[in-house]
Amino acid sequence: MPRTDGVGAWLQITPLMTVLTLFLVVPIVTIAVVSFWGYNEWSFFPDFTLENYEYHLTAKVTWQTYLTTVKYVALTWIFTVVIGFTVAYFLAFHVRSLTWQIALFLVCTIPFWTSNIIRMISWIPFLGREGLANNALIAVGAIDKPLEFLLFSDFAVILAFVHLYALFMVVPIFNTMMRIDKSLIEAARDAGASSFQTLTNVIIPLSKPGIMIGSIFVVTLVMGDFITVRFMSGSQSASVGRLIQNEISLLQYPAAAASAVVLLITVLLMIGIMMRFVNIRKEL
Amino acid sequence: MKTKVTKKGLNRRTVLKGGAVAVGAAAGSGAITGFPTIWAQNIKDVTLRQFGTGVSNLNEVAKKVKEDLGFTLKMTALDSDSVTQRAATQPKSFDIADIEYWICKKVWGAGNLQAMDVSKIKNYDKIVGIFKSGKLTPTSTIAQGTAPHTVGFVEGPGGKRFADKETGWMTLIPTIYNADTLGIRPDLIKRPIDTWAELLNPEFKGKASILDISSIGIMDAAMVCEAMGEIKYGDKGNMTKAEIDKTMQIFTEAKKAGQFRAFWKSFDESVNLMASGEVVIQSMWSPAITAVRSKGIPCVYQPLKEGYRSWGGGIGLSSNLKGIELDAAYEYINWYLDGWVGGFLMRQGYYSAVPETSKKFMSADEWGFWFEGKPAAKDIVNPFGQVMEKAGTVRDGGSFYDRMGAVACWNAVMDENRYMVRKWNEFIAA
Repeated sequence: MPRTDGVGAWLQITPLMTVLTLFLVVPIVTIAVVSFWGYNEWSFFPDFTLENYEYHLTAKVTWQTYLTTVKYVALTWIFTVVIGFTVAYFLAFHVRSLTWQIALFLVCTIPFWTSNIIRMISWIPFLGREGLANNALIAVGAIDKPLEFLLFSDFAVILAFVHLYALFMVVPIFNTMMRIDKSLIEAARDAGASSFQTLTNVIIPLSKPGIMIGSIFVVTLVMGDFITVRFMSGSQSASVGRLIQNEISLLQYPAAAASAVVLLITVLLMIGIMMRFVNIRKEL
Repeated sequence: MKTKVTKKGLNRRTVLKGGAVAVGAAAGSGAITGFPTIWAQNIKDVTLRQFGTGVSNLNEVAKKVKEDLGFTLKMTALDSDSVTQRAATQPKSFDIADIEYWICKKVWGAGNLQAMDVSKIKNYDKIVGIFKSGKLTPTSTIAQGTAPHTVGFVEGPGGKRFADKETGWMTLIPTIYNADTLGIRPDLIKRPIDTWAELLNPEFKGKASILDISSIGIMDAAMVCEAMGEIKYGDKGNMTKAEIDKTMQIFTEAKKAGQFRAFWKSFDESVNLMASGEVVIQSMWSPAITAVRSKGIPCVYQPLKEGYRSWGGGIGLSSNLKGIELDAAYEYINWYLDGWVGGFLMRQGYYSAVPETSKKFMSADEWGFWFEGKPAAKDIVNPFGQVMEKAGTVRDGGSFYDRMGAVACWNAVMDENRYMVRKWNEFIAA
């Protein structure tokens, strides 16, 4: 009966729609609306001004910040893909028993039982001038004075990002790899492909959806980050997230909203471009 | 809830002090006729919600309030940015705002605070001059920046504009203040430091730090630039765009040359930077120095010839306060200035708004050390039982009058604040 079917469908979709509307659409619309408001030292008020966008898009600091942020994204992405792919490959193709695969996979997740702030901050005493890394290197005679670049530098930021987000790459890649039909690899071998050819012609193409899902995680997480950049760079570099955080702390909510809208659009564009390479829906 | 408590034969103070027991007994015995019994239950139920920076929002204070005054004080400690935000945007979330004077200048216009009637403040006359006329002693010159007295008064209840003289209506009742300077690691620097200019001395390349709270950081930066002889400011607390540009240009160049190891935003970060030896010279707050020293690491709050950058905080009342809660708040303020809190804060190295009442709550040796700048006769112990200084030491910078008399500027909000903040962000991103 088509009529009741229609009602049923609407009823089924209602809970999800309500949740999405209340917790996703309404906040984003609010942010978009507020981004056109005016503000002064202590309050913000309804208005229709383009000044927030005008300043944000023309300021040199915005462009510098986006450049730094994109640099962080690119480097973090390269390292997490390489590490994530290698770990997933090892788990999926070298470890033969399912029990061991599951056990080792769980081992990968153990560090994630603690908060990511703690995992990040624990690098600070490790990398510092008087830290474990420097002391150890001096002790073995590799260097004679402490390496300054280890902490409060871009190096430290990237290191923390890779450490924090590598698992987001491992999980989806491992997941797609597990679903690759083993007979395809046997077929490749039978047809005379070397291990490397099998990797590039069979495994990588078939793992693309996993790589892409992982990449989306990493890109969005790094683009929106502010706390890792702040702590690991010793507040010396800025990311887009820190720019927004600063504006919020100075009560410039409309300016922060405008920056957030621009960031949102940028991230959506980046994901849009990434989706062009792989049709995730088809592959899932 | 709007019951008046000015009743025959009993003044508000004794009633509040005696707390619910006395009132309950009095009401129960029928001794006071016409006394609203509802009030007896209310006083136990009064809860004042106070928020502010960590320096003075201490649970010990809340505990003592419960003991002495009978009502409950709920404390929330936040960083200065969050404090500003809350004072400006969440008027319903607090009854008492413990904020700094420059924050007051920023948020007063939002109308979330009410002016206080000084005739209800018992120790008003004893409050130090800095907060009234602006002068520490009759001959003092007033420092640059947002000096507390410039935002300390409004014309009357509901006034939005700051008055330029004492009017009887105070915006904040001063509670705590201090003179800030650079902190150094004498063991790693190994030579005397006597000027702010040393912060940018290439000798400390990669070992200097400044705080990343724009409104305070810019003042430290200005002290440095002026000491270097690079800029002569009209008013460091109210810079012109050109002065801001020049200041930030000097600091950006230093940053690019690798002068700074890191910037810090919270108290703990500054302690860690200094204690770990990552940094040997930096902007610092007095208790952070103590925290470093308590780890057995030498650290000096170095007095500098150009003077101090000073700050002051006070208690403001929410405009939502009325009736019995408002009375309780006044009671709390009077208690605050009565000496116990003052002594408690002064024994940590801060100054109280009414030093003479605090004296009662300090030993002669403590008073001599903290206030008069005399050598400590015995080990100086803070209220939490930690040894702050060994016997024989003298406070860095000397007596109250030496330190507060050498203030060069106050933490400030400038007319060009928005411009300054943008430039500061560019400096951080550079």
